[in-house]
Amino acid sequence: MTPLIDIRDLDVRFTAGASQVHAVRGLSLTVAEGESFGLVGESGSGKSTVLRAICGLAPTWDGTILIGGRALPPRRGPEFFRQVQMVFQDPYASLHPRHTVDRVLSEPLAIHGFSDRETRVERALEEVGLGRGFRFRYPHQLSGGQRQRVAIARALILEPRVLLLDEPTSALDASIQAEVLNLLDRLRTERGLTYIMVSHDLAVVAHMCDRLLVMQHGQGVEELTRAALRARAATSPYTQALLEASRGYTAA
Amino acid sequence: MALLTVDDLRVTFPTRQGPSEVVRGVSFTLGRERLGIVGESGSGKSQTGRAILGLTPPPGRATARQLVFDGIDLNRASPRDWRGLRGGRMSMVMQDPKYSLNPVMTVGRQIMEALKFHGRLSGADKRRRALDMLDAVQIRDPERVFAAYPHELSGGMGQRAMIAMMLVAEPDLLIADEPTSALDVTVQVEVLRILDRLVTDRGMGLIFISHDLRLVSSFCDRVLVMYAGRMVEELRAADLHLARHPYTRGLLNCLPDLDHDRHPLPTLERQADWAR
Amino acid sequence: MTVAPHVPSRRDWLLTEQPASRRQARLGQAYRTWLAFRGNPLAMVGLGIIVALILVAVFADLIAPYNPIVGGDLRTERLLPPSAAHLMGTDDQARDIFSRLVHGSRLTLMVVALVAVIATPIGVFVGTTAGYFGGWVDTVLMRVTDVFLAFPRLILALAFVAALGPGIENAIIAIAITSWPPYARLARAETLTIRDSDFIAAIRLQGASSARIIWGHVVPLCTSSVIVRVTFDMAGIILTAAGLGFIGLGAQPPQPEWGAMIAAGRRYLIDQWWVATMPGLAIFVVSLGFNFLGDGLRDVLDPKARK
Repeated sequence: MTPLIDIRDLDVRFTAGASQVHAVRGLSLTVAEGESFGLVGESGSGKSTVLRAICGLAPTWDGTILIGGRALPPRRGPEFFRQVQMVFQDPYASLHPRHTVDRVLSEPLAIHGFSDRETRVERALEEVGLGRGFRFRYPHQLSGGQRQRVAIARALILEPRVLLLDEPTSALDASIQAEVLNLLDRLRTERGLTYIMVSHDLAVVAHMCDRLLVMQHGQGVEELTRAALRARAATSPYTQALLEASRGYTAA
Repeated sequence: MALLTVDDLRVTFPTRQGPSEVVRGVSFTLGRERLGIVGESGSGKSQTGRAILGLTPPPGRATARQLVFDGIDLNRASPRDWRGLRGGRMSMVMQDPKYSLNPVMTVGRQIMEALKFHGRLSGADKRRRALDMLDAVQIRDPERVFAAYPHELSGGMGQRAMIAMMLVAEPDLLIADEPTSALDVTVQVEVLRILDRLVTDRGMGLIFISHDLRLVSSFCDRVLVMYAGRMVEELRAADLHLARHPYTRGLLNCLPDLDHDRHPLPTLERQADWAR
Repeated sequence: MTVAPHVPSRRDWLLTEQPASRRQARLGQAYRTWLAFRGNPLAMVGLGIIVALILVAVFADLIAPYNPIVGGDLRTERLLPPSAAHLMGTDDQARDIFSRLVHGSRLTLMVVALVAVIATPIGVFVGTTAGYFGGWVDTVLMRVTDVFLAFPRLILALAFVAALGPGIENAIIAIAITSWPPYARLARAETLTIRDSDFIAAIRLQGASSARIIWGHVVPLCTSSVIVRVTFDMAGIILTAAGLGFIGLGAQPPQPEWGAMIAAGRRYLIDQWWVATMPGLAIFVVSLGFNFLGDGLRDVLDPKARK
């Protein structure tokens, strides 16, 4: 069976001022349809850049990205955006401050020429657990968790197959994180979505993902299944250090 | 004798809808130990830390029935007394080093600046102590960091430089507000080790403010749990599993963990009377 | 104790956290801005002055007691000091200064409105386009902007008027052409901070075209600071128009333009001070009004200036 997402030898470089940053170096991974895949690493490991390269937000990249067996063109077209969507880390930065929830959700429908916008917007709000009462609110009238629900509704309104999740809960309080993770879990089961989730938190990734790739300095260090992670069967010292650190503080 | 006594601390901010109390009657005593204050955003934990150092940002106002640091009544302290205490005997480490270090001054000068109130030290002595401190916070190349500007340091380095600056004067009380939240987990552990050693070796009192209940309970001796400006529970860290308040239990419960598969995660049902 | 049943007032309807329609959400937002604006007394004074200016311009025919163009008896009514018959005195053509000021408000208002309508969109368009696309688009557009910025505004306006011929319409065009570059600069700077934010990335991922992103997402965030800037500039624009009028390149006699009136009155400044002073005061009050208004607008519209 061909994997839904197949990334081979991905290389991403940016120019930051005078210096060049080699953010991702020769990364390969495959994700099957309906699977949830995790990318774990610390800041600067290039994990978010991988997501940005997939959806066309990274400026220049080399290598091959296949979605459903077809190579991605250099410019992503409308077809692509109906298949792949993304949820960003900071719910305070990912919603336009002057747009109501209604506008946020109906704009993608307008761009792609859907006719039954009213019902779709209302259904999307119901699905993420926000009632109709939220439809005409502005972002400043919403809490962080509610904003992230709106962002999830926006990503799902075009009914994509793949959802890219860039640290979707790291800006939220623990109790809100649990609610958002449960929501993402339920949506995946209901709609058969495929997830790629980026996080620095091993526990969150272990909770959400079937398989994960540990990244360091733009390279893949080690690929593990959830079961292997639970069994602490990591072979690379870096993964072991991450596992150790995730248990909290232990006096040396 | 207790190092710090806080009794009925309240912090109020005026808003258009009238005054809003963000810290409502917090009381505790601190010895030469590690005390954790845990809560979610808006629980008032950071304002508690700032109020103890008299750093409540205007137009906010902090009041306490009693606020005593090592026998000194902070309620009666003059601005001059405060200047002598802050940076000398009491210090604070903030979450983001970027906003706490002066961008146009080298790290070394900033650390030496912190020694200003600390007796009459010659320039060479100050320099030596600054370098020793940088070494103590596990910076491998103290000379380079000493001469560097804050923007030339990585986040972890910057945070360690900041801690060095706050600790060089050997304070008796350190308030650390999410000192490791901006750091990667592997660096986080190192920074905690440094703080740990200071408490054990130098007998410093530490107030560790964080949203991370697990981290705090693994690091501190005692934990205060705050919700909506109130202390809902005070516990020995080792007895965290015995927590009685539903909020503390809910917070503990809703974290995903590596060893258990729980789908869906239990969520927190907030009760209105917790905030009362 | 009985509780009176709560009747939802219009205020509650506007301030609800759960608007039920697009219109209610938008009106509620506007009402909140208005409430914040109303809390600033100086801004309200500014708004009062501008509203008064508009009313005077609209009802000039009813307010002005005399004809602004045709004067009275040149032998007996020239250069009369302020009195009950002539509130602000008369000028050298025996015309009532108060009536001329009242009618002149139309010219002032026209200058201000036309410049705002012409220059603001040009500035916002050039600035957001340059900022959003970056690269060579940015380079070309901003170098053109720099060329305009390199000349002092009055000198450039003078050159335009000299080429187009004197007259109030040409003065307006000249001022409009010379006042857009700062707005382009400002809009570009705003755009650069907005361009890389997550909400722009999100809408790009929805497949939105560049035109849609600039128009629907970038421009609404730039306009508030540009509007504030334009309001502050209004005083300068009035002064430029008056300056052009003063040196005879703006409004032509006998039009009651305030700057031209000062120019005409300066010969009598020592003995008949009111001839030049009255239009000067009018310019001063209106400029002050726009500055107060700009201050108030900045406080409510520009999130960065908010404490």
